[in-house]
Amino acid sequence: MRLLSPILSGLHGRMAEVGVDDIMAVLREASARLASASEHLGQLDGEIGDGDHGTTMVRGFAAIVRALGEVDPRSSDLTTLFALCAGSFLDSVGATTGPLYASGLLRAGAYAEGRVSLPAEEAPMLLVALGDGIGSRGKAVAGDKTMMDVWLPVGQAVKAARAKGAPLGETLAEVKTVAGHATEATRSMIASKGRAARLGERSIGHVDPGAASAAIIIDSFSDILAQRLG
Amino acid sequence: MQRFINNPDDIVDETVRGFVKAHDDLVRLDPDNARVVVSRQAGTEGRVGIVTGGGSGHEPAFIGYTGRNMVDAVAVGELFSSPTAKSFHDAIKAADGGAGVAVLYGNYAGDNMNVKMASKMAKKDKIPVATVVANDDVCSAPPEERAKRRGVAGEIFMWKIGGAKASEGATLEEVQAAAQKAIDACRSVGVGLGPCTLPAVGHPNFEIEPGKMEVGIGHHGEPGTRVEALKTADEIADEMTQIVLDDHDLPEGTELAVLVSGLGATPVDELYVLYDRMESQMAARGLKVYRAFVGNYFTSLEMVGATLTVMALDEELKGLLDVDAEAPGFNWRG
Repeated sequence: MRLLSPILSGLHGRMAEVGVDDIMAVLREASARLASASEHLGQLDGEIGDGDHGTTMVRGFAAIVRALGEVDPRSSDLTTLFALCAGSFLDSVGATTGPLYASGLLRAGAYAEGRVSLPAEEAPMLLVALGDGIGSRGKAVAGDKTMMDVWLPVGQAVKAARAKGAPLGETLAEVKTVAGHATEATRSMIASKGRAARLGERSIGHVDPGAASAAIIIDSFSDILAQRLG
Repeated sequence: MQRFINNPDDIVDETVRGFVKAHDDLVRLDPDNARVVVSRQAGTEGRVGIVTGGGSGHEPAFIGYTGRNMVDAVAVGELFSSPTAKSFHDAIKAADGGAGVAVLYGNYAGDNMNVKMASKMAKKDKIPVATVVANDDVCSAPPEERAKRRGVAGEIFMWKIGGAKASEGATLEEVQAAAQKAIDACRSVGVGLGPCTLPAVGHPNFEIEPGKMEVGIGHHGEPGTRVEALKTADEIADEMTQIVLDDHDLPEGTELAVLVSGLGATPVDELYVLYDRMESQMAARGLKVYRAFVGNYFTSLEMVGATLTVMALDEELKGLLDVDAEAPGFNWRG
């Protein structure tokens, strides 16, 4: 018994914060999952776009993971980390995806304000910032059948959970559910932004590939933080 | 279709390397960025630089228009995918000769965002940047929403006119105005008879049933405005001519520059078959072809099909069109 309590309190102290190493783990997991989903994302994109969304996301996240090799989690902060990720992504990915995710990652970094870690309950606000950054670059609104149709409801879910003081585990589970439903909901939407917009009503019935990849990133965030901190 | 491929992921780099080797007299690779092709003439002191860029798979566009009195530097993207903001930025730096840089590109969401970010980066380098966005593809949006239209083969005329204007020592504003005037005078339409396949994807990114054609198809297989039964070449030529001219409202006697481009897998003889009829149709409307360009000028991998671009000319555009230009994809002695 004498041994247990210091260990528990030590763990608890560790559990209360989301740090650079946690976010690095999230990014590595997202990279691995996007690589596994590459063909599927390409198929989704092939239905309403040009079929390259899978390879594009994989290339961008591979560049992020390469850049992480240079990061010492003990001496970095979240703002520096996200800025590094944004630069790596932007330098390796063109299309709309490059500027959109680079803007999102920069916004997440700005949210962290140079901190080395965030209180666990606050950490999902990084997803809100990511979505805000993407939204202000791309100008897509709800229902345009884009990645924002996942980032917006996920952001709202995070804010609602934070308003009622939900514990991290509950917020992460909720975020995953919302992301999944939101992705599926893009199926019934008519594309009005990006290349798929040229299809108009012919885009109905297809899941938006950008929404699908957003959900993969959000799921990685939820699962890895739940695993490391839950 | 059987293809010449090593690894699908290497196609763009290998294309650019081969291109630069083949046209070493006119172009070079940016030493710091293997996705930027630079004209040997780029950076001439006091001359406005011309930059463009876009996804690969449209060869000879975009790299083929790098050269003397055309484009100074081209940002090269993945297949059918906008180049990175970094590549546009590096192209702007390579093209700069102290008089500013005009970025003349096509209206696609990715290119718009990446050029915007690159322009911001260039401003930090104190390089003045002006942009012109091509939107000549008639079927991609109605006339009242012209700003939403895609840029297609009209971009070639935009580069030609912009490059010629720059070669005369014009200011950045004058080059921008000339290029804008050129694209405003352009109308284009595409007809697709067969799809194309991104090698890394491995299957066609859309379908055209046998015996059908897609009118208004985009440069990446964006769906057209209608799918119709395949007609004779003359009937298709009539339809294409009508689409571009009906959008244009040109007075009789107007002189035209006309460009008929294959989309990659259509034999060049068929392009001349189309042009034969198109020219007659234009003449019947009292329009005169001043210069015609027929061939594979702006392709979409191995798509079967053709595009028609018509630029209405005035004396200024005629003069600029006739300025010598020398690029791997476009040679012109006025």
